[in-house]
Amino acid sequence: MMSINPFATLAETISPSAIQGFVLVMLALIVLGIVIQMIHHKNVTYFFNNAKKAKLAAEREIGAGEKTAIILKTVVHDIATTAELGAGKRRIAHVMGMYGTILFWVASVVMVFGYTAAGTATPTVWPMIWHVGAIMTCVGGYWFWLFLRVDVLAEAHPWYRIIKADLFVLALLACATTGLAWSYFQSSGSTGLEYLFLVLFITSNIVLFGGVYWSKFAHMIYKPGAAIQKNLAEADGSRDNLPPLADAPKQFGLGIKREQPKHY
Amino acid sequence: MSTFVYMTRCDGCGHCVDICPSDIMHIDENIRRAVNIEPNFCWECYSCVKACPNHAIDVRGYADFAPMGHSVRVRREEEKGTISWKIKFRNGTTKDFVSPITTKPWGKFIPKLADGDKPKQEEINSQMLYTEPNGLNIDGKLPSVPKDTFKKGVYY
Repeated sequence: MMSINPFATLAETISPSAIQGFVLVMLALIVLGIVIQMIHHKNVTYFFNNAKKAKLAAEREIGAGEKTAIILKTVVHDIATTAELGAGKRRIAHVMGMYGTILFWVASVVMVFGYTAAGTATPTVWPMIWHVGAIMTCVGGYWFWLFLRVDVLAEAHPWYRIIKADLFVLALLACATTGLAWSYFQSSGSTGLEYLFLVLFITSNIVLFGGVYWSKFAHMIYKPGAAIQKNLAEADGSRDNLPPLADAPKQFGLGIKREQPKHY
Repeated sequence: MSTFVYMTRCDGCGHCVDICPSDIMHIDENIRRAVNIEPNFCWECYSCVKACPNHAIDVRGYADFAPMGHSVRVRREEEKGTISWKIKFRNGTTKDFVSPITTKPWGKFIPKLADGDKPKQEEINSQMLYTEPNGLNIDGKLPSVPKDTFKKGVYY
């Protein structure tokens, strides 16, 4: 199962161009959802206004070189490792889910566009990446959704209470789970279950990518943008009006470590 | 004045929900970020502002002076044991203050109530509160003011 390209097997019954067309429609839905959200929520306007305010409050000018260095450092340190979540389970779960999703999507696009034509053999590495990505998404995602999400951990709501904010994470988990189940039943030869999970896989993809406007999908774009803006504001001295770091040595170390916010 | 949350900074960790003494900081159901659900009930204690690890919570000033660009923001650095304030006045003047959160190791003066003796029933029924009168440091009895020491004159 892990070394078989499920899209290539599917291409034996459905034409590769139909599968590729579906992926392109999903990409178009992402762009459309984000653009409508930008217009409606005015997120980009907020970012530009914030940048203007920061420029007015800046204590020093930062050059293009320094700006590039800050952006690169933010990408490597803050964005690639989800540094804003601090050290702990939430960060591990998020990083696992994030990289799992990236691997899952990249491998999907590569296998759909590169290895679905008749007579094309898929290198074993791509199905492996696709399956490992889906498993990582499931592990990180279910761990987060069942145990770590704040409304369960800090607000003491039951795990089965579903809210609108769950649209993104649940649709993503449904994609990864049904994708894995589809691949499993395809390789084991259970035709009925294979088609059942294929339909569920397609449906969850439509919900995930078609629901971008209503879901938290766009946080993948806004959060990195906000992290870059925050670090640039720290560097130019505007710091969103926050005081500078205190000129004092560390005295308490881990002795002053915060408790988990679960005193409900 | 009441608190509000910068959505770009909030990561939905729940520290503000945990600490809010008025129980008005909650998690928004649409985006799973913190939100002040009842700004009128916020008494500006700044607990959530200080507790937020991402400095995502700010306090909105009264409408008559808020548009003029004032700001009061705080940064709490636990490992250093410091709390820093930046006050920005309407005329652009800024003032920075740094104070210790504590000068003693963390948790040293938290009373170990659970380790103490169980109160007897007459102590529970008494009008004295826990550790009274010893804790009041008044030598075993409540203070009284003798009438003959009263000042002459009219008391309002």
